[in-house]
Amino acid sequence: MIADKGMKNTRDGYGDALLELGEKDPRVVVLDADLAKSTQTERFKRRFPERFVDCGVAEQNLMATAAGLATTDKIVFASTFAIFATGRAYDQVRNNIAYSNLNVKICVTHGGITVGEDGSSHQALEDIALMRAIPRMKVVVPADCYEAREAVKSVAYIDGPAYVRMGRLKVPILFDDGYRFEFGKALLMRPGRDVTILACGFMVHKALEAADGLAHEGIEAEVLNLHTIKPLDREGILESASRTGGVVTCEEHTIQGGLGGAVAELLGEELPLPMRLVGTRDRFGTSGTAEELVEHFGLGSRHIAEAARSLCG
Amino acid sequence: MGVHLRGSEGIDLKETGEQEIRGKLENVSKDLRWDIVRMIGLAGSGHPGGSLSCVEILACLYFYKMNHNPQDPEWPYRDRFVLSKGHAAPALYAVLAKCGYFDRDELWRLRRLGAMLQGHPDRLRTPGVEVSTGSLGQGLSAACGIALGLRMDQSPSRVYAVIGDGESQEGGIWEAAMLAAHHNLDQLVAILDNNGLQIDGRCCDVVDLGDVAAKWRAFGWEVQEVDGHDVLEICRALDRADEASRPSMIIAHTVKGKGVSFMENNVDFHGKAPTPEEMERALKEIERS
Repeated sequence: MIADKGMKNTRDGYGDALLELGEKDPRVVVLDADLAKSTQTERFKRRFPERFVDCGVAEQNLMATAAGLATTDKIVFASTFAIFATGRAYDQVRNNIAYSNLNVKICVTHGGITVGEDGSSHQALEDIALMRAIPRMKVVVPADCYEAREAVKSVAYIDGPAYVRMGRLKVPILFDDGYRFEFGKALLMRPGRDVTILACGFMVHKALEAADGLAHEGIEAEVLNLHTIKPLDREGILESASRTGGVVTCEEHTIQGGLGGAVAELLGEELPLPMRLVGTRDRFGTSGTAEELVEHFGLGSRHIAEAARSLCG
Repeated sequence: MGVHLRGSEGIDLKETGEQEIRGKLENVSKDLRWDIVRMIGLAGSGHPGGSLSCVEILACLYFYKMNHNPQDPEWPYRDRFVLSKGHAAPALYAVLAKCGYFDRDELWRLRRLGAMLQGHPDRLRTPGVEVSTGSLGQGLSAACGIALGLRMDQSPSRVYAVIGDGESQEGGIWEAAMLAAHHNLDQLVAILDNNGLQIDGRCCDVVDLGDVAAKWRAFGWEVQEVDGHDVLEICRALDRADEASRPSMIIAHTVKGKGVSFMENNVDFHGKAPTPEEMERALKEIERS
């Protein structure tokens, strides 16, 4: 059984990390685009007002300004919602930040379908694919507030650009204050021998729920938290997949080009084996509660379990 | 500030007579034009029109105004330059080579596979390039970011950005304009290369910028207008910008393709290289000027 440690926003962890980083490193600068309260950069702003810039409702300017700031030897955090950072400002992220290999950490909130009632215009379901396709960009999707905090602190000191995707919802806490984040390493959450389930973000919890259910049917699912989608932990994934012989990927993102896409590319070249991809399928999001949407788009633990079962038959 | 360097042939207005400055900067401009035409001609592609229109602006910045050190491109006290209209890269490359940032022979390898000099500026490959540009409407934002960073460091350095008039149709330019004014970025100076032409024709026929000086004033900038081919007018405007308590816009009225008769005001030469024969003709014309 998964231990119940309560619920918390991943973005709370982001706010904590920024305060820690700001305290110890004067090079840390934070930029937002009129969403400081939502993204939690407000807390940094209150503590270090001279190192915070609100760019207003102008995400393209946010990203290009972040790039310019980074050339003056700053570690720049640029925050807004996932959809605006990656969609609205894609060209600036690609050309100004990544092509220039600048130290801009794009830390976004409100990624995925669980944005809920605001509907499709605010639900980023393509952002991981967009960011992953850009050379030099690192992509991390933390599963809870502690992982978010540690991931943000980690990418702060990895040279070049990074994308950290967080959510809107309170999600189950999986780790604790002592959690050590290992960038680029898939984290074993539950060992198993029959099938490998790879998940990121809030879907890690769903995958663990699915594995609990499968255990009652005698299926031992191995669950890996693939918090770092780029660079991909090739060895970790291949090792697990070669033992279990089947892989399920889970993400609140389109199956085209995200975590599932990344894993399919790897397995297709190195270890072709049966695979199921849990995610949205070439569809826009829609309004609804997060819970309803998870069900509506087939992202629940029962859908993951079904996918896993179909590989073990 | 301890070190005070101005290019390889630095000029100080105070110690030099105006006519001498004019002569020096005009000679520099002539050399830059020759290099621009030859590098684009040899490359077989590139943007001569908008490179030739901003020659005097770059000559005045690099050989009169900016503090910089070609022997140490990362010198912390340098003034920064951003070519927001990145397709005028040949003009930037010519002036950087003339200052001594890299060997002039690099110019003749422009746009080739593995070249230091890419089709558009790349900060990772080319010494002296602060920001990679090429996708329009972004360089002024980057210049704002640099200005904000310098301010946080209490640095006396200034930031200069050259933008295009066609480029000013990008919304990002005006996002940056608002941000700069809001933060009173008085160490930021933008120069508009107002050559009046863009790929599809005259800017006023494509999407008219209207009264561009009034627009910049309305956005809260200090605005000056100069003849963008008169080096003394440019130098004086750059000096006056030092006194501004707000971000400065210098609208430089220029001629696209300036200095080569058959390229002047000819929209075809926005993004087309001269043929080998045209190149020879253009080089001779520049030499005779």
